[in-house]
Amino acid sequence: MTKATAEEIAAHEFESVVASHRAQIFRFLLASTRDVDLAETLTQDCFLKAHRNWAGFRGESSALTWLMRIAINLQKDHWRNRRLQFWRHTRTNSVDFDEASDWLPSGERTAEQRILAKEQVANVWSAVEKLSERQRTVFLLRYVEELELKEIAQTTGMGEGTVKAHLSRALARVRKEFGETR
Amino acid sequence: MNRSDEDAKPMRVVDLETSEPELHEALGNFRSSVTAWSEAMMSRPREAKAPARANWDLVAKWALGCVVFAGTVSGGLYQNYCQQEAAKAAAAAALAAEQQRELAAQKAKDQSAEDLMAKVDSDVAREVPSALEPLASLMTDDENKGN
Repeated sequence: MTKATAEEIAAHEFESVVASHRAQIFRFLLASTRDVDLAETLTQDCFLKAHRNWAGFRGESSALTWLMRIAINLQKDHWRNRRLQFWRHTRTNSVDFDEASDWLPSGERTAEQRILAKEQVANVWSAVEKLSERQRTVFLLRYVEELELKEIAQTTGMGEGTVKAHLSRALARVRKEFGETR
Repeated sequence: MNRSDEDAKPMRVVDLETSEPELHEALGNFRSSVTAWSEAMMSRPREAKAPARANWDLVAKWALGCVVFAGTVSGGLYQNYCQQEAAKAAAAAALAAEQQRELAAQKAKDQSAEDLMAKVDSDVAREVPSALEPLASLMTDDENKGN
């Protein structure tokens, strides 16, 4: 196989990876940041970084796990840079969680069910807001991306026990939020 | 199992469905909501954002506007100040001219009075009444002797 053919195959593979996982990466970043522009930028950066390192991807984990890991690192870098350059960015574009909870799938629901669902979603957002960075990441990977504990451990680089602990604390916070609103 | 035991071991979604249906439903709604939001944002038409330079253009326009405004205002104020100064100088000059004129008039008046007095004196000196003429001739002799 010539070098040009190998590159062509790699490019084709990468295109299919982007098509398969772009929506999921964007959803995770959107849920983490609640900032549409930032989530779009970080998604672009994630795939750019993945493309540059695609040749080095050995397939030890799934492509999604690898991409999620890149996305989480980019997000951490972004917040670290923001903290250091606080004088450059005085405001954030994150939407309020009340606004975020307006989004509901247009299913066959009554008005009362929709109001109840909106209230529940707002409570979860409120709880997510109060979580630590690690707890939030683990919670979103589990309950939005529906990854298994093992996959979360691979993505975040934590041990499975640590993932369980973060997840249980996050759930406890969500329960507490529901208890307070009753 | 109490609450702290539950916290120690995270529940799977299946477990939540049976033990905490409300929480399970809320997490399901949360996931659906995030997915709906994310899909809506991904399929929306992208807005072409103005480059950062546009902000500088706006800043430059504002700065230029401020400079023009400040120049206009300060130019007007300076012109007003110059006019006031010129009016003050003109008023002072007019006052000085008036004083000069009054002084000259006073001087002319004084001069004419002096001239009149001198004329009167000389007239008085030349025209001695005939009754006093002998006395006047004596005064002239005495004056000559004194000298």
